[in-house]
Amino acid sequence: MRMARKLVIVVAVLAIIVVPMLADAQRMGYRPVTDQRLAEPEPANWLMTRGNYQGWSYSPLDQINTYNVKKLAPVWAFSTGVDSGHQAPLLVNNGIMFVATPYNQVVALEAKTGKLLWRYKKEMPEGLSVLHNTSRGVALYGDKVYLATHDCVLVALDATTGKVAWERKVEDWKTGYYMTLAPLVAKGKVMVGVSGGEFGVRGFVAAFDANSGQPTWKTYTVPAPGEKGSETWTGDTWKKGGGSVWITGTYDPALNLTYWGTGNASPWFGDQRPGDNLYTSSTVAINPDTGKLAAHFQYQWNESWDWDEPDAPIVADFTKDGRTVKGLIKPARNGYLYRLERSADKISFVSATPYVKQNVFKSIDPTTGRPTYNEDRIPRTGKRADFCPSLWGGKDWPFAAYNPKTAMLYIPANDNHCGYMEGKVQKYEAGKWWTGVDIPDIGFAVDKTARHFGEVQAWDVSGNKRVWSHLFPDSMNWGPVMTTGGGLVFNGGTNDRYFRAFDASTGEVLWQFRTNSGITAPPVSFAVDGVQYIGVASGWGVDPAFQQGLLSDLLGWPKDVPQGGVVWVFAVAQ
Amino acid sequence: MLPPCGGNGERLDRRTVLKAAVGLGLGATLCRVDVLAAEDDKTARPRKGDRFVFAYGERGGQVIALEDLPLGGPQQLAFPMDPVTKVIRDGSLLNQVALIRLDPAQLSADTRTEAAGGVVAYSAVCTHEGCPISMWHKDSKTLFCACHASRFDPADRARVVDGPAPRRLPMLPLGPIDRGIVAAGGFTGRVGRQTT
Repeated sequence: MRMARKLVIVVAVLAIIVVPMLADAQRMGYRPVTDQRLAEPEPANWLMTRGNYQGWSYSPLDQINTYNVKKLAPVWAFSTGVDSGHQAPLLVNNGIMFVATPYNQVVALEAKTGKLLWRYKKEMPEGLSVLHNTSRGVALYGDKVYLATHDCVLVALDATTGKVAWERKVEDWKTGYYMTLAPLVAKGKVMVGVSGGEFGVRGFVAAFDANSGQPTWKTYTVPAPGEKGSETWTGDTWKKGGGSVWITGTYDPALNLTYWGTGNASPWFGDQRPGDNLYTSSTVAINPDTGKLAAHFQYQWNESWDWDEPDAPIVADFTKDGRTVKGLIKPARNGYLYRLERSADKISFVSATPYVKQNVFKSIDPTTGRPTYNEDRIPRTGKRADFCPSLWGGKDWPFAAYNPKTAMLYIPANDNHCGYMEGKVQKYEAGKWWTGVDIPDIGFAVDKTARHFGEVQAWDVSGNKRVWSHLFPDSMNWGPVMTTGGGLVFNGGTNDRYFRAFDASTGEVLWQFRTNSGITAPPVSFAVDGVQYIGVASGWGVDPAFQQGLLSDLLGWPKDVPQGGVVWVFAVAQ
Repeated sequence: MLPPCGGNGERLDRRTVLKAAVGLGLGATLCRVDVLAAEDDKTARPRKGDRFVFAYGERGGQVIALEDLPLGGPQQLAFPMDPVTKVIRDGSLLNQVALIRLDPAQLSADTRTEAAGGVVAYSAVCTHEGCPISMWHKDSKTLFCACHASRFDPADRARVVDGPAPRRLPMLPLGPIDRGIVAAGGFTGRVGRQTT
């Protein structure tokens, strides 16, 4: 009887709480996401991680602009209920917002009001722990929401109910694989990449049928013997060669090529794996239909600084010597801003210009882009070397933004920091840390005389010159950038918890708002019922928190940047 | 004769009860029950009398002796082992133990009560996110979490020295060292992360 009573109560509660939520979502008439919509996203929506396939992090909306942005005020806020690093954009499709949180939860909200529609929580296996417990977002396609999880499962959710439509194991998490990126969807395929470069995984991008979840192709970023590029590896080092893919790719529909960034080679010290080690620390172009690796560009051969290059390049054209270049633009972790040229079977080097202090490259070949190294700056097994920037690079994963109106690139940069390491040989154990150096032995240093550390830089892409910089003397910048048709640049990323709007042309700070925590998620813009909104999740954690601890010791910065995620939505006060 | 399926018939534990429950069923069934019981032993939390084996590496599975632990650290990751059946309790990552040998004079009073010959044992699962406490911070002589840099003082019942961990690592009391490194009981607190 007691069980029956409990059951009745549970059913009643579900009827009271859940049914109206589902009804709300369904009543809103969910609009399926199509290839056409992804290729030409409506300005009112933010349908994918960086706003468009080209990775611009740009909203054409201009209702909020340089004149009225000072009146920007919160409309609603939503506490995610979890801590750690919130790094996911708020995807919006016709009034419904989807938010991925750390620990692989997904929340659906009414974008106009913040009303909760549904929440999904991935159940994790006992014993699972991951280095980065964050999520960098979900993907939308058809009537589904796709989430790549820490236990290396691709989950498809019903967009209106949050119920699981299907799940598909991508890899075995016990061997060190995990996933933190937002999937990329194109032409009916859901594409994901894997993290795990610190655990001796062999990186890959894999595609699954969006409807059924059936695996379609899997392309390793480290070639097997006999495959093109395998000559850049020695012996069996390729088997645990790293090259993880932990950030969403960009896509050029005209060339039908997706572009993915790859991470460090494993272990971290190049003398333990002689060779160039393709395709680590590279951009690779992959055909979404076949998985064929069509082209690549490697930023640093035989990588030895933990300079992952996971951030996929921005697909945008620029002019050079009077010629329009079909370009790829990437501010690399190695501290250089790259301009590349894309074609069906090649990624060609155009230019590389330092945007922060870097002391490893002696030169860069003007034709191939291949660097020569200062030997003294290469850490080896049993040999310490100091190098700048540190392993967090001139820019870590947080996205730069490209504004077609100003033709400028906006980079969340970090300067005046360096690292030092000495490698050792570590025995490989599946799923265990395997870099050649333990974390407490990774050195981090700063120039204590420097005027700044974090900054926002604006670059004229065609002119290849810096136009303005906003400097942060007391913080690094861990915030992805978003820019708008209203002539604005939005960015958080600092330890003072501020969310800022800059004039895209001049860099003047036009507005700022102190949020609950530090912002490490990409800002977005969308419109509902003709009103433009700016949205961002605030939630400090993971690498920014760890680095802040080191900076507290070095510079006396406050160690305690409060954690706990909150979704903020702003509009111009009427 | 029933097929030999391993285990210790003299122990009146869950395994024995399960065997009794299936009565005179097929040997294959009993064998399966025994396998399940072995799995239980592999995942069971450490208990009084357990010994410790190297968790990983070339000596993985070998019993850890006092001499295997360098005085002053670093820690050695271990799994408990049933002293009778020799089943290693590596079926759950929550059973990872950090063994470390320190100067007994440096141990706090309430650490010393659970130590043996200067050897102390802690859960090697971080109370923050459940990551392994697999690294050693030489400068501060602390146990270091590889994920989010929490540090714990092994001389003071794994007090949190730095980082996001919300509480100490549970301790595993040890018995007299003249019998080797032996658990004197189970973990003193809940193992693993604080929240779900």
